[in-house]
Amino acid sequence: MPGRSIEFHPDDRFFAFLRIIHNPQCGEGKLAGIPVAIKDNISTEGIETTCASRILAGYVPPYDATVVERIRREGAAIVGKTNMDEFGMGTTTENSAFGPTRNPADPSRVPGGSSGGSAAAIAGGLVPMALGTDTGGSIRCPAAFCGIVGLKPTYGRVSRYGLIAYANSLEQIGPMAGTVTDVNRLMGVIAGYDPRDSTSLDMPFRHEPDPDIRGVKIGVPEEFFGEGVDPRVASVVWDGISVLEKKGAEIITCRMPSMACALAAYYVTCTSEASSNLARFDGVRYGPAADSKKTWHESFQERRREGFGEEVRRRIMLGTFALSSGYYGKYYAKAQAARNNVRADFARLFREVDALAGPTMPTVAFRFGEKSDPLSMYLSDILTVPANLAGVPAISVPCGKVENLPVGLQITGCWMEDERVIDIAYAFEQGRSP
Amino acid sequence: MITEKDTEHIAQLADIAIYREELAAFTSRFNEILEYFDILDTVEVMEDRNEKECNVLRDDEIVPSLPQERALANVKEQEEGFFKAPRVM
Amino acid sequence: MTVIIGLEIHCQLDTATKLFCGCSTDYRDDSPNSHTCPVCLGLPGSLPKINKKAVEYALRVAKALHCEVPQESEFARKNYFYPDLNKGFQITQYDRPLAVSGHLDIDGDDGEKRVRITRVHMEEDPGRLVHKGGADRPRYTLVDYNRAGIPLIEIVTEPDLRSPKEARKFLNKMRATLEYLGVFDSEKEGSLRVDANISIQGSERVEVKNITSYKGVEKALTFEVTRQRNAIRRGQKIVRETRHFVEARGVTTSSRSKEMEQDYRYFPEPDLRPLRVCDWADEIVIPELPDARKSRFIQDYNLSPTHAATLTGDWQIAEFYETLPPDLRTSTGTATWVADTLLGELNYRDMSIRHVPLQHFKEILIIRESGGVTDKGAVEVLRALLDQVKETGSCESPGACIERLGLKVLGTSEQGGENPVTSAAREAIEENPQAVEDFRKGRKEALNFLVGQVMKKTRGCAKPADVNRVLIDLLSGEV
Repeated sequence: MPGRSIEFHPDDRFFAFLRIIHNPQCGEGKLAGIPVAIKDNISTEGIETTCASRILAGYVPPYDATVVERIRREGAAIVGKTNMDEFGMGTTTENSAFGPTRNPADPSRVPGGSSGGSAAAIAGGLVPMALGTDTGGSIRCPAAFCGIVGLKPTYGRVSRYGLIAYANSLEQIGPMAGTVTDVNRLMGVIAGYDPRDSTSLDMPFRHEPDPDIRGVKIGVPEEFFGEGVDPRVASVVWDGISVLEKKGAEIITCRMPSMACALAAYYVTCTSEASSNLARFDGVRYGPAADSKKTWHESFQERRREGFGEEVRRRIMLGTFALSSGYYGKYYAKAQAARNNVRADFARLFREVDALAGPTMPTVAFRFGEKSDPLSMYLSDILTVPANLAGVPAISVPCGKVENLPVGLQITGCWMEDERVIDIAYAFEQGRSP
Repeated sequence: MITEKDTEHIAQLADIAIYREELAAFTSRFNEILEYFDILDTVEVMEDRNEKECNVLRDDEIVPSLPQERALANVKEQEEGFFKAPRVM
Repeated sequence: MTVIIGLEIHCQLDTATKLFCGCSTDYRDDSPNSHTCPVCLGLPGSLPKINKKAVEYALRVAKALHCEVPQESEFARKNYFYPDLNKGFQITQYDRPLAVSGHLDIDGDDGEKRVRITRVHMEEDPGRLVHKGGADRPRYTLVDYNRAGIPLIEIVTEPDLRSPKEARKFLNKMRATLEYLGVFDSEKEGSLRVDANISIQGSERVEVKNITSYKGVEKALTFEVTRQRNAIRRGQKIVRETRHFVEARGVTTSSRSKEMEQDYRYFPEPDLRPLRVCDWADEIVIPELPDARKSRFIQDYNLSPTHAATLTGDWQIAEFYETLPPDLRTSTGTATWVADTLLGELNYRDMSIRHVPLQHFKEILIIRESGGVTDKGAVEVLRALLDQVKETGSCESPGACIERLGLKVLGTSEQGGENPVTSAAREAIEENPQAVEDFRKGRKEALNFLVGQVMKKTRGCAKPADVNRVLIDLLSGEV
């Protein structure tokens, strides 16, 4: 790449970045000279990539993820790697081995997770755009908590080659930015077929956001406003939905019974896949070296105990248990069936409506340490996981505040209709502006 | 219901050591979560007719491999081009 | 006590690239970890992609073994932790394999036998470990991932084999079949590995792992049968276990580590899509296989069933035979020459038929057939040429060799001066008056003795028939 570069010296008081590149190269193209931050579970050649875990401390990938290649090619300046929950496991970025990120809207609160660093970098005005990843809400949650825009694409529209796997069948890399226009722009660069990823879809993304949503049918499932949802959040989101109505959309209430099992299906699936994906960190080829005074198994077990945080170890064990002999049928197999029900439910709903709307998160950002109980933490993913289970696109766009804390409006679309989801979010964004 | 012994067994299977002090807390949280998972018992398992794409294949064409130094670039312990691992026995 | 044996055979498929990435499979002569990439090294973030040719080859095998190919099959993860398995799981096939329910017919202990094939599936080879420090005090382990990701096919039989010998025969037939299909190169070191399950009827089953040579299979199983029979006779109970074959000592040993009943926690590989290959399987054309070729050799070349079996039991040899000129192919002499003489000499030198200089070999046969060299002389030439190839990689022409060793058949017509056979015959007669007398007295053996003497003198360069004739002429001529 010919020699342009920029200077990047942010005041990172929120600890959004794990690694900052002060003088990054950039070039020509759709993202010419734009500083872009990259979540630290996405492989960047020559730049340490840790997934915010000690077990990958010092790991420098010898290759770029496909999305990184693409943004480089379009001239972006890669300014750093952002903080996250370790291996993507978490909803607050408190699970980072290197310390939590703070929410720029209120530094005594979490930015959401697991892409908390990317969200904070944008919300804090350090960068206009960032890449995040979303396995069960990890782009949309921090987008909602920090008051920015984040899109989880249709599964397969963005290559996973280079994404350090947490839950292969659920996760996607996605764009995060301050505006829908910028999210759309970044999506245009990263999306598209990649022959190296066998789950990659051949569906190019070339779109300009269109705010005309007259006649668009938007469904609002009852279950999106269930009892776990803070009534103040619900109120702000309903206000948001009426903006869509004012812009010409037809709002239709509906039901989505498969939601009852969605969270359990999600956690069984992601922990099972994670238990397998995280088995490779043995210190032999990368990461802190294995202790060669011990035997293989001793060394391996210790390396994993020392190198993984508590939540990661818990999920690995949950997943190991769910896949183990005698339990596969009870957990993993049932989870896939529940997943099929979610898919079928969406398919049924999308025969009647064009998109669904609701709150991204049941509450606003928690205080640090507030969700100390793992299960209560998991329950806050209830509104975001269905889109991952079904592989459909979903976006979170800021739609108001509760006690000065951002609230996100989530638009979920039909499989492959990322463009429509962006349009609705765009219409909302435009409809809100004073 | 998982006992502490079960937790230890699962840790063995997952090849993750678990601290003595954590065992009790781990086990009880495990149980809470598993209890939540029980809702899956109500799901009927039907034939997975999810029509995924199939036969995603690549041609048998050689792509240059990483040079040895790059394959070994992330380790501190290597010997004559081999990765070094603790003894297996 | 009936012996019950089942085999699990792993063969490396002879594709240009690995199963899930584009690294070259030609790693054997290269330095460690020089045939790797993020995918086969299992680096975080890498993703597998299935090699089309590997699937093609696997389907050929499935078809040749008369297997059913289910409508859909898929890859699965087999999860366990070992340094040669860099992802912490092996991508293999579990409950939805590529093919099931086939068979291979062999020449069993009691005649023709059908050995049932339970399944044929694909999987990736792990890396290679080198244990440093000796078996008693291992210090550390070195790992080379060049082999990691090489495509393997696993063929599992029902426990239909009834003796180590049958197992060996099965394996030979399987090897030949795979070579005929063009999917396997048996000469690559480590390209075939066998695990065997063996029990004596009524007792527990023992698994024997780590058999890496064809000869090893019969040895390992013979040892096991003896061990188990002896134990039973002594009233001991056979323990259900996994044992390792130690080729150097010809024994199986109990695995020292207390191996927990492994729970591999199989689940479908989420990074890959399923295979639907029934139609593809239907379209595959299987080349002529060993049995068909054997029948054809018997019919077209008038060979004996034994010769035909030997000549078609190895694809290289069969191919070799069919490059010989047509008239040579049908001669029994040629068949014996290739099946017995040539293979014998190759075996003795531990050489493969690939090393035989084809053109030169044909020339030897032609010269021999036309009488330019005797049978014995031809053997000498063959040996000389093979030795040269073994030493230097190339050899002189048969003609040059024959000249050099003075093996040219001596004609019995005048070649400017008396021909050597006649001279030698005269000498023999002169030197052995007793024999001449005995011959005149009617003792046929005496003639044979004289023939022998002449053959000695002419260093086997004379045709026995000619020598016979010349002697008789001389002896009857002399009065």
